Amino acid sequence: MISLAGIDRIFQVGDQTVHALANVNLEITAGEYVSIMGPSGSGKSTLLNIVGLLDRPTDGIYKLDGRDVTGLSDEDQARVRREKIGFVFQAFHLVPRLTALENVAVPMMLAGIGINERRRRAAKSLGDFGLGDRMDHRPSQLSGGQRQRVAMARATIMRPPVLLADEPTGNLDRASGHEVVGLLEQLNASGVTLIVVTHDPELGQRARRQLHMVDGSIDTDDVLQP
Amino acid sequence: MMQPGDILRFSTRSLTGFRTRTILMVIAMAIGVGAVVVLTALGEGARRYVVNEFSSLGTNLIIVFPGRTETGGNVPGMLVGRSPRDLTLEDAVAVLRSRHVTRIAPLNIGSAYLSRGRLSREAPVLGTTYEFRDIRRLEMGRGSFLPPADPTKAQSICVIGQTLAEELFPNEEPIGQWLRIGDRRFRVIGVLGSKGRSLGFDTDELAIIPVASAQQLFNQPSLFRILVETRHRESLDTAREEIRRILKDRHEGDEDVTVVTQDAVLATFDRILRTLTLAVGGIAAISLAVAGILTMNVMLVAVSQRTAEIGLLKAIGASRQQIRNLFFAEAALLSACGAIVGLGLGAAGILIIRQIYPAFPAAAPLWAVAAAVLTAALTGVSFSVMPARRAARLDPVIALAKR
Repeated sequence: MISLAGIDRIFQVGDQTVHALANVNLEITAGEYVSIMGPSGSGKSTLLNIVGLLDRPTDGIYKLDGRDVTGLSDEDQARVRREKIGFVFQAFHLVPRLTALENVAVPMMLAGIGINERRRRAAKSLGDFGLGDRMDHRPSQLSGGQRQRVAMARATIMRPPVLLADEPTGNLDRASGHEVVGLLEQLNASGVTLIVVTHDPELGQRARRQLHMVDGSIDTDDVLQP
Repeated sequence: MMQPGDILRFSTRSLTGFRTRTILMVIAMAIGVGAVVVLTALGEGARRYVVNEFSSLGTNLIIVFPGRTETGGNVPGMLVGRSPRDLTLEDAVAVLRSRHVTRIAPLNIGSAYLSRGRLSREAPVLGTTYEFRDIRRLEMGRGSFLPPADPTKAQSICVIGQTLAEELFPNEEPIGQWLRIGDRRFRVIGVLGSKGRSLGFDTDELAIIPVASAQQLFNQPSLFRILVETRHRESLDTAREEIRRILKDRHEGDEDVTVVTQDAVLATFDRILRTLTLAVGGIAAISLAVAGILTMNVMLVAVSQRTAEIGLLKAIGASRQQIRNLFFAEAALLSACGAIVGLGLGAAGILIIRQIYPAFPAAAPLWAVAAAVLTAALTGVSFSVMPARRAARLDPVIALAKR
């Protein structure tokens, strides 16, 4: 599913070169539940951004579904993100002036899906996430947990096979955090590949496969036997 | 691909989402468009006004005046030490020999003190003949105009404008009264009707006396103008040539007078005023350019305010092209709203001008309206190229990192 070979990512900060990722090799098969842990600056977010095609590696080859996506044009990368990858962010990143329903419908709008189908699918998805009665609320009228659920509805509306979550519970209280994690795991159980970046060990240790990163490299790669 | 309707809808939502900003931008754009519309309407109004004034005088008119103003082949008299020959009353009468000429009115003009008892004021004094009234289509208020007479005979009679009548003969009937003009006395025989300002003369403040009297009064034997009316409009050019020949013969072969048709004068005015309209329109267009730069500023601020949103849109599958289109659409919508509101403002401005000066035919020419709208759209969109590109190039990782 996801195959990273010899990935380097070098940043130029002033006159210093920072090796955010150094020779990362990683294979993730479809349906896996992977957590990426490590201290700040260890490169875990950079790795997630490269997997999510938000960032390009300086060197190395990234294959998604057997297709080399490293050198794709902007247009093609946008399409891959739209169709294959869903993002869940720590800060939710909802568009404040749009209602919950409209926020969920944005990826479909970018894909050129008609407005009626968008409304139907977005409404159904929000209902599935338990927000059937909050569809016309704006993000400012929703609680943190509700916002993250809207964001998850948006991330999954195009039915992507891969879901990337960057500190999904970072801005939430414990109860809402548990709820969100539960929903993410449900999605994983239905076959979606789930990759979670976190420095919360409690969250990280729930994953069957746990990566620890140190200084831009994968330090340990543990797979729990069920 | 994103559907055009969705691009518009999304941009509209972001415009209504940042209301103050949008309203300010629309106002800036609208003032620019409105200014172009109103100023060109003023220029165009002035042009129409002058054209109307001229045509109300009749179109088969020729004007003769002393001296040559056109640059021709002959050396100007000034350079060889001769002043142009006088244009005399005899010249004026000679012009009547052309069979295309129906009427002439010699004109002599000066300024003099008019007084009656203790009341006095300065006013332009026009020396002319009976025919002037018909050529200029003057209306009489009371009494009669100068009677038909030998133009070379001085007579102590005068016709005065309404304002003069009111000021010099308050609560009195001026007709039959004596009036002192300069150092001579004239009997008032008529008061002009109110026609208002016409071709630079305010007839309400004008005193008209026989041309020979004016020559004596101002000690000026040369005429200021000869107005010539031809039989038909078609005979204008032949008549002009004949007049030129007659006067050349009388002036020992020197072409030292200028003979122009009113059409030529009108065309010149028309040209000048058209240029003026263009010029004021251009000045107003500067405000449109300013509005364009404002749009750019606001869009740049919008890009930096909305980095997170742009990053997010990229993360969930928007290509650079799509981001660019969204920002373009926003700028285009802003410009369109500004243009529409500006047209409204301009129309309102024109309406107000018409209310205040009903005689002034203010109307924005269609080309100016089209140009204003086009400029608004063009500046709005072209000045949003940079912000849109900046938005499109934004690195989603950095954009999303901002909280």
